[in-house]
Amino acid sequence: MAVLVLFEFAVFGGLLLGLYYAMFAMGLNVVFGAQRIVNLAHGDLVVLGGYAAWELYETWHISPIVAVVIVLPFAIALGFLVQHFLTPRLMRSADPETLSLILFFGLSQIIEALATIVFGPNERSLPTNAIPVSSLHLLGESYPGIWWVSALVAIPVLGVFLWLLYRTPFGLRVRAVMSSVTEAATAGVNASRVSGLFFGIGFGLAVVAGTVGIFIFGGVSPTAGVALTITAFAIIVFGSLGNPWGTIVAAIIFGVVTQLAQVYLPSWSNLVPYALVILTMLLRPQGLLGRRQRVA
Amino acid sequence: MLLKFRDQRQNPSEDLKGQSRWRRAASPWVAAAIPVLIFLVAVHVYSNELLLVDMAIYIALAQGINIIYGFTGYLPFGYFGFFGVGAYVAGYGIIHWGLSGPVAVLVGGVGGALAGAILLPLFRLRGAYFALTTLAAGEAFYAIVSNPSLTSITNGPYGLNLATAYSSGWSFGMAVGLAGVAILVAALIKRSRYGMTLKAIKDDPYSAAMAGINVARDRFYAWLIAAAIAGVGGAIYGWAISVFYPQDVFDVTVSVFAIVFALFGGIGSIWGPTIGAALLYAIYNVVGVSNPQYFQLIYGLIIVLLVLFAPRGLAGLMASIRERRLFGGGAR
Repeated sequence: MAVLVLFEFAVFGGLLLGLYYAMFAMGLNVVFGAQRIVNLAHGDLVVLGGYAAWELYETWHISPIVAVVIVLPFAIALGFLVQHFLTPRLMRSADPETLSLILFFGLSQIIEALATIVFGPNERSLPTNAIPVSSLHLLGESYPGIWWVSALVAIPVLGVFLWLLYRTPFGLRVRAVMSSVTEAATAGVNASRVSGLFFGIGFGLAVVAGTVGIFIFGGVSPTAGVALTITAFAIIVFGSLGNPWGTIVAAIIFGVVTQLAQVYLPSWSNLVPYALVILTMLLRPQGLLGRRQRVA
Repeated sequence: MLLKFRDQRQNPSEDLKGQSRWRRAASPWVAAAIPVLIFLVAVHVYSNELLLVDMAIYIALAQGINIIYGFTGYLPFGYFGFFGVGAYVAGYGIIHWGLSGPVAVLVGGVGGALAGAILLPLFRLRGAYFALTTLAAGEAFYAIVSNPSLTSITNGPYGLNLATAYSSGWSFGMAVGLAGVAILVAALIKRSRYGMTLKAIKDDPYSAAMAGINVARDRFYAWLIAAAIAGVGGAIYGWAISVFYPQDVFDVTVSVFAIVFALFGGIGSIWGPTIGAALLYAIYNVVGVSNPQYFQLIYGLIIVLLVLFAPRGLAGLMASIRERRLFGGGAR
């Protein structure tokens, strides 16, 4: 009986966390869609969001939920500037794919170093009562309040994102640029501005995920970025690159699997994202919802 | 016709660049010998031997990155995985099989190469996918070795203590030897038919295969060599510091440093990675040890500027200066 209750806890908790992971990984997929670049600084942007939430709460007593709205414009502007100034030169070079990886890796090192210089090397965390909610009771199990709050943040954020992408003229332009830059440009779309903005939205999603992430990951530290980037990469390749619905489905599966591993094989649970990347790449490189094509 | 052409040359030992043949043949040995000699002198002048050991290891790792990324175009972010496996295999050999340090170091190299062989299937991936999947593999090695459930085998998160096998002279000698061998191997490969094969694979694997090159096999050899260098490097490192924890040897920073050093000096050249590693590691020790975040900021900026303005590193900059001097600044 106890085993069954634990199973239930893992599955439902995994669903809640999976929604959060979907928001967390979506930014990486968006940046990939905008420019065919794997943003190695993704995890560091999440960390940056965490620090922003910490600073806003400790200095001005602003709730992390409100922080989501405050950081968003800054993050989008940052992404737009990065895309605008760095990528044109990159795309003209001999090997844009590997060089972009190295460039964004350099960016991740810069963010990590600046975070250490400003906040110090130690982990920063917020008290759980920074978001004063009670834990959720369901079918005799109680789930930490932050789990359902983060799911409640993720649902509208993802909803607005999908609405923007599939139901607005801007989204139409984005999808046009994603399928063919030259054809979109011929049809009168300002391709560089559209992909710049979309790139910025990718940064925005990463930073927003960080403001809630400071609770989910139990705190932020400057060096957490690499592991977060791999986790996000695992989710988006598992769901298939460039497909937002794939990311959502993959993130929920990832959330449930991670929770199951934490309940039944706790010492092996941090192997889950790495194993997921390796198995996806070897067995189904096009991902869960991907059409059969050479992505690798 | 061809024979006649040969006869017409004034001095058959001169090639078109005017370099004599023996100089071309000797240059790999010179490229390896000069750094080794500098290390052997430096140890008598400079007292911090462990720093020199680390620098020699990083020169070797930068050459390992040069062999796999510079020659074949595959960028392994998870290179640190082989470093950690090498350190652990050597440590296990010293503790459980009673191996002496130098023998254990070689066994560590075999361990690194075996770990490379395990990751062979990843070569069906390219570019960013390969780079990130090897990163995941390196982290997976770490998660397995440091796992508390395996404490009976790897001592889990509690690390290894090799103090009984410690020998400062030997570990220094082997580190310098490794640097020399790594430079020599890279230089000999670059000069050889095999080096041309790797270049052909890098430029276009399909055409290379059409020309009768066994792409999978030749790439695999380069990968094994690079992995073995990292394995030996990790083994020497673990042996030289004698007490280490999993996070010390399975450290992404090892990959980061090796890649940045090689890029800074110039990927694909022979002197580039050597000079890049020596220079940046020296700067790291002036700026970095007390305030690593400032060094991290500097090399983050270096990476961004390199990629944007000098993707071939110092070696590329030198080459373009030389070209300008030869052909005049106006030619572009």
